[in-house]
Amino acid sequence: MDEISTAVRDYIIREYVQEGDDREVTDTTPLISSGLVDSFSMVSLLRFLEKEYAIHIPDADATPEAFDTVERIVALVRSFQKVEVGSV
Amino acid sequence: MSFTDAVRNSYQADIEGIKSTGLFKQERYIHSPQSSDIEVEFPIGSALRKCINICSNNYLGLSSHPAVIAAAHAGLDARGYGMSSVRFICGTQDIHRELEKRLTEFLGSEDTLLFPSCMDANAGFFEACLNEQDVMIADRLVHASIVDGMRLSKAVQDTYKHSDMGHLEEKLREHQDKRFRLVITDGVFSMDGDTAKLADVVALAEKYNAMVFVDDSHATGFIGRSGRGTHEHCGVFGKIDVITTTLGKALGGASGGCVSGRRELVEMCRQRARPYLFSNAVAPVIVAGTLKVLDLISATTERRDKLEWNARYWRGLLKEAGFDLREGDSPIVPVMLYDAKLAQDFARDLFNEGVYAVGFFFPVVPKGQARIRTQLSAAHEKHHLDTAIEAFKKVGKKHEILGLGKKELVAKFAA
Repeated sequence: MDEISTAVRDYIIREYVQEGDDREVTDTTPLISSGLVDSFSMVSLLRFLEKEYAIHIPDADATPEAFDTVERIVALVRSFQKVEVGSV
Repeated sequence: MSFTDAVRNSYQADIEGIKSTGLFKQERYIHSPQSSDIEVEFPIGSALRKCINICSNNYLGLSSHPAVIAAAHAGLDARGYGMSSVRFICGTQDIHRELEKRLTEFLGSEDTLLFPSCMDANAGFFEACLNEQDVMIADRLVHASIVDGMRLSKAVQDTYKHSDMGHLEEKLREHQDKRFRLVITDGVFSMDGDTAKLADVVALAEKYNAMVFVDDSHATGFIGRSGRGTHEHCGVFGKIDVITTTLGKALGGASGGCVSGRRELVEMCRQRARPYLFSNAVAPVIVAGTLKVLDLISATTERRDKLEWNARYWRGLLKEAGFDLREGDSPIVPVMLYDAKLAQDFARDLFNEGVYAVGFFFPVVPKGQARIRTQLSAAHEKHHLDTAIEAFKKVGKKHEILGLGKKELVAKFAA
């Protein structure tokens, strides 16, 4: 859990925080509802998660609510990892 | 299905929801031609108020220019009112093609195709010219119409941090496996008024074998030494693969837009862009007026020079008064307030002082970035700006914000 959380947080900082913006991103920082990530830019985060964790997140699950904090994103990733393990 | 009470109630609840979040938009009725001095009815039913307009896209002051109006009248007489057709059936007149050629020459491209608006040009281009083997890499602050257009395309979507060339380079490297790469940016960004780093974008595009797309709606006619646009300003004239722009701002401000660029890309739009294929030709009267606009701005740079002076003067006045501004050198000068309610109150108070400006806040700009966007025009005389700044100062004093920077403003209105 911690490893995924760190990787996701690092990616979000690298991918979304503008240079000179000193905001802190924690596991519970709102991402979508704060405007840091929007539906237009969210697609790269989705692609990162699918590639990094070898999962497929269907559009219906890639909702703004599910992507609103690092904590929720990690939970989403883990739920799909479980599904894929179970389906083998 | 009929429009039952239940359906009506559902929509009414949605509308109330928009109102309760402070996002309800209301039109103000202007009873005069578009200009620096306008007469406004607001609230609806109230007496007309004379205002200085400092929020229009009438950058060159040509919206109501006598020569443009006369040319439009002549066009109306010579070519009629409407075409009653899309372009490819029986909607193309000689003057449509003449305007496309004139725009091609002005923008330094290979060919041009008119659209009903630049919104339509952006909505149509990506789907017509790219497929699932390609990638579109857009600056995160591009105009909403580009976002919509990209969503209609099957090409892979990606974005880069606003004007961050390091991030763009990472993305270009990441997508080397795609057939075509297209870097997408505004020339001048409409909300912040800053200019794209087009020379760097072009250099990266050359290095990583990508095409460049620029929406120059807030630049065509006045940015660059002779007003050709951001590509002229940045020294990359003739190197942009696709320019979309509007006739609805500096170029007379009526309506209409275009895709201008590489011949084959323009031809693909002519064959496949749905907003071009399925909507009416631009009205002859607008075509005739825009041809006159191009005559005027090709003959002299007087108007864009005056606009440049006005923008610099206005920016100086606001700074001296103690307002927090977004840096930039375009005629878009955002006065940063950060708080949505303050932006609304500030705009209302300005209106009561005879200055028409509008507050912008989320979702039009990011959360916590509310502002009054002021826009200069060559139609502004010095006295307009001297009068407007007094109103800004008065309202600024009322809200006790003069001299405050971002941190102080955010702290003051955080409660």
